[in-house]
Amino acid sequence: MSVLVYINSNSGIAKSAMEAVTYGKKLGGEVTVVTTGSADDTALSALGEYGASKIMVDRSVTSEDPQQITSIIASAAETTGATTVVFSHDLTAKAVAPRLSVRMKAGLVSGAIDIPQGDTIKVNVFSGKAMGLVKVASEKRIISLLPNSLQPETGGDKCSVEEFNGNAGDARIKVLDTKKPEGDIPLPEAELVVSAGRGLKGPENWGMVEALAVELGAATACSRPVADIGWRPHHEHVGQTGVAIRPNLYIAAGISGAIQHLAGVNGSKVIVVINTDEEAPFFKAADYGIVGDAFEVIPRLTEALKKFKASN
Amino acid sequence: MKILVCISKSPDTTSKIAFTDGNSKFDENGVQYIVNPYDEWYALVRALELKEAGGGSVTICTVGSATDDAVIRKALAIGADDAVRIDCEPTDAFYTAMQIAEYAKANDYTLVLTGKETINYNGSQVGGMIAEAMDLPFISLATKLDVAGSTATAEAEVAGGIQICEVELPAVISCAKGMAEQRIPNMRGIMAARTKPLNVVAAADIQALTTFESYELPDAKSACKMIDPENMDELVSLLHTEAKVI
Ligand SMILES: Cc1cc2nc3c(=O)[nH]c(=O)nc-3n(C[C@H](O)[C@H](O)[C@H](O)COP(=O)(O)OP(=O)(O)OC[C@H]3O[C@@H](n4cnc5c(N)ncnc54)[C@H](O)[C@@H]3O)c2cc1C
Repeated sequence: MSVLVYINSNSGIAKSAMEAVTYGKKLGGEVTVVTTGSADDTALSALGEYGASKIMVDRSVTSEDPQQITSIIASAAETTGATTVVFSHDLTAKAVAPRLSVRMKAGLVSGAIDIPQGDTIKVNVFSGKAMGLVKVASEKRIISLLPNSLQPETGGDKCSVEEFNGNAGDARIKVLDTKKPEGDIPLPEAELVVSAGRGLKGPENWGMVEALAVELGAATACSRPVADIGWRPHHEHVGQTGVAIRPNLYIAAGISGAIQHLAGVNGSKVIVVINTDEEAPFFKAADYGIVGDAFEVIPRLTEALKKFKASN
Repeated sequence: MKILVCISKSPDTTSKIAFTDGNSKFDENGVQYIVNPYDEWYALVRALELKEAGGGSVTICTVGSATDDAVIRKALAIGADDAVRIDCEPTDAFYTAMQIAEYAKANDYTLVLTGKETINYNGSQVGGMIAEAMDLPFISLATKLDVAGSTATAEAEVAGGIQICEVELPAVISCAKGMAEQRIPNMRGIMAARTKPLNVVAAADIQALTTFESYELPDAKSACKMIDPENMDELVSLLHTEAKVI
């Protein structure tokens, strides 16, 4: 079996890319990576360590035109004879994988959280309130892996990088400008997340949340009302109608834990809840709970982390 | 401008998620269906705003059975001129998207809008699939959308930031938060929705590519460990030695 893994290397090689290659390797058979973007050969060949045996790079496309990327991946699949294409379930995958599914007549499994068991693949559904086992009826398949569902595994050697002409065709989406996001760590891929809700009383109080996030190296998030009233940007809104995340650690301060909020965050491996109200529903979903005032507890936690880092 | 807005039903966000028939089917017992929030709050409302500003028509499209008519009427109460229901069970995203593409091809829409994803299957698949089947450009996860003449300008979330881009219509666009503000239907809208045309069309012959064989619920959380708010050193130490996340 031959597996093709698509990676967007426009902003370097993300950890989610290493996860996708590791996943491809676990499927068995030969793993080829096809990529568009600007990462150099040294960075790309390091993907061999995660199990890729060859990298095919088409540098003709620097934009995010999904039709062009679809064409390149489809040509690469034909060249390598791959019957499985793996994506990381990120923004590019959401734009490209559905097109590719129609182009290749390949069943698309999006939001996979595990390697296949028998003929089914486990995915997150109901915004994380349940998991579904999906079976692909077509001969070819596309699997879009939820970030942070497995750890990258090394063990291989650097591999060769080949220029590839995937016949991208013309872009039909004309890019006028790209705005960089404010945070350094994109929320869906973050391993550590610090989040706060209406309990923080006002946008002027987010300094302590950011200080904690910086100390941890975490991304920041918020509850829906906080984004709706404009205290925080929309892209920080997590939950059933915001971003769904599954970090290793989710710290929630001043968030009640409404069912719609929990839906987007209960895939987190460890949840810490800080709330003045011991009856807050969030404690039922938490691993560690602190009944206390966020205005005191957050700075105290930041100090404790500083101390911990200094002594380790 | 003719706008087609694809809507899906989804269980009310407070629904208890459970399964029947040996965990192979979603348990609809006691479940209220709503219009999928992304489809309603962003795609439908933005379509109505574009029509209000520039004229044209807004048609709602659902792939589903007669039991979904109630949800379609809810969407019609918010606005839209008419609705079409493609009469079949939407078995997977590919099947659903191909049904919509067949219908849209034959009816000449300038703009086809979908929500970012449904809150029950979270696939983000249907919009891109429709676009590919119709050979149209697809802007995924747009947070802003404007139309001038035959050109649409959008802001969309892409790897590494927000992209401001332009596309020649017709096009397919999936809509995310930021695009519009939720509208609450008023009494007049609800009354008017009862008599708006809801056309039922026959399904095309399409084979689904995937099936959901069964479902599982996540393991119940073990009890929460309470920590003294004065003692954050203990929390840090537990996160390091017990939870191993820092
Ligand atoms: C269709 C639908 C979709 C929705 N989708 C989402 C979604 O995606 N994401 C989402 O988050 N919500 C969503 N909601 C809203 C959700 O129901 C809740 O209203 C929301 O999550 C509450 O936000 P909150 O916890 O910040 O605020 P509140 O519910 O007001 O809770 C504030 C909490 O802060 C605590 N607090 C107050 N002061 C302090 C202090 N000094 N220190 C510590 N704690 C303090 C309080 O005890 C309380 O528990 C949705 C709702 C609907 C109807």
